[in-house]
Amino acid sequence: MNDLLKLRSMATRRGFLQTTGAATLALASPPAVGETAAQTAPLPSEHVRLTINGRHYALDLDPRTTLLDTLREHLALTGSKKGCDQGQCGACTIIVDGQRINSCLALAVMHDGDEITTIEGLAEEGALHPMQAAFVRHDGFQCGYCTPGQICSAVALLSEHQAGWPSYATADVATAPALTDPEIAERMSGNICRCSAYPNIVAAIREVAEGDRQ
Amino acid sequence: MKPFRYERASEIASACASAAQPTVKFIAGGTNLVDLMKLQIEAPTQLVDITRLPLNRIEETAEGGLRIGALVTNSAAAVDMRVRRRYPLLAQAILAGASTQLRNKATTGGNLLQRTRCAYFYDTTKPCNKRVPGSGCAALAGLNRMNAVLGVTDDCIAAHPSDMAVAMTALDAVVETVAPDGSTRAIPIDELYRPPGDTPHIETVLTPGELIVSVLLPPPPAGRQVYRKVRDRASYAFALVSVAAILDVDGDRVRAARVAFGGLSYKPWRSTEAEAALVGALATRAAFDAAGIAALRNARGYGHNDFKIPLARRTLRATLTQAAGLS
Repeated sequence: MNDLLKLRSMATRRGFLQTTGAATLALASPPAVGETAAQTAPLPSEHVRLTINGRHYALDLDPRTTLLDTLREHLALTGSKKGCDQGQCGACTIIVDGQRINSCLALAVMHDGDEITTIEGLAEEGALHPMQAAFVRHDGFQCGYCTPGQICSAVALLSEHQAGWPSYATADVATAPALTDPEIAERMSGNICRCSAYPNIVAAIREVAEGDRQ
Repeated sequence: MKPFRYERASEIASACASAAQPTVKFIAGGTNLVDLMKLQIEAPTQLVDITRLPLNRIEETAEGGLRIGALVTNSAAAVDMRVRRRYPLLAQAILAGASTQLRNKATTGGNLLQRTRCAYFYDTTKPCNKRVPGSGCAALAGLNRMNAVLGVTDDCIAAHPSDMAVAMTALDAVVETVAPDGSTRAIPIDELYRPPGDTPHIETVLTPGELIVSVLLPPPPAGRQVYRKVRDRASYAFALVSVAAILDVDGDRVRAARVAFGGLSYKPWRSTEAEAALVGALATRAAFDAAGIAALRNARGYGHNDFKIPLARRTLRATLTQAAGLS
């Protein structure tokens, strides 16, 4: 849905609420914090430049737009998925300036000038990224909805591990641990798979990690 | 999400000046604020984006400590080798919190100021004195399993959710701020959070527009540092109880001890009672149990969270056992 449609739908909902009883309104309304002139003022849009999978984009966005909605609703890059939209499931994981983040909690305007890699940007010249190929080989999914986030997360995980990052599973945080299965599981805990394909996801990541070491 | 004006701050003074207005908020990582804005629990009319301010460095201090910039991400703090070697407690605590994706965005200052995850603070159909002052507390007689047992009142039993702040409390960290008038403050972290009293919506001693610019870690105290977190699943969950402990054992006696709990109060709960019980005692299970009894003496359960009181005692014993090298 584009911003205009969103606004129209909000306006319709507000109109509906106004026609219902006062008691209903009191229950349905969120707290009246900051109900000020800004609500009625026209929305100032913000100019945002992003480099996504090597391509440059210039957009004018409502400042409320998250990176996830920018990708999905404005640029038709629908590989990144909206699961919970509150930073709990990891389906929206993308890589921004080399680091994996939840795109649902990132305002696009705050990322002006940033370089982004999404699931669409991992394959090179039609050849699957090694992590994508490993997920296919190990059947690291069932329904597949969380998979783009899982794969982006796993790709970043390997970079973090190569940079010597510890995790909560690391016995001595001053050391750079081997990427054991418990380390992989801990480092992937921000990506939920409700089909519970976890054993195969871990196997896929382990295989790519071992390949990197050879 | 309510509409808001966006301002990208290029200097601290202008950022503070903008945020001195009551409906204007700073934003950095946004991992908590954006979520709350989507739910319209937070509805600022303007956001001041501070992420381009030069507050993202970790520096040595002359005293032998570290000064962590407010915009240092949780990941950057936890992977810094100086933090890992000298303050392993802090690295462990940060790594115990959230997920890598969130830690890559969340900042040091923002972590300190994150809001409670009390279910009734998030549920806008229920009363909550923190969200709507004067509306009541649905958690008191509700599903309060995650709520606080120490230092709270019947107006609000919300628990502070941070792991990082628990370790910083045990480390005697100092929160450094700049106010809109240019004045600076150094606030001991234990004094940053205000007791809920009958104004649980006012959570810290910070004034409007006052910006956290850094957190100062004094030189690490002697002793072994351990952070232990108990939660409903092995990773990516808030603490039921956590313990940050630093134990300095001389021979078989405790020379010095620091104890702070997470998940038990409106703030990271430093237990001077437990510390007093430990200092001079033999480093034994009996002494660790006595410290637990002292720490939880004034605790009060609200039904579903009664279990936190014995769990905190046992978690303290396990943490101290590990810190004493007995396990």
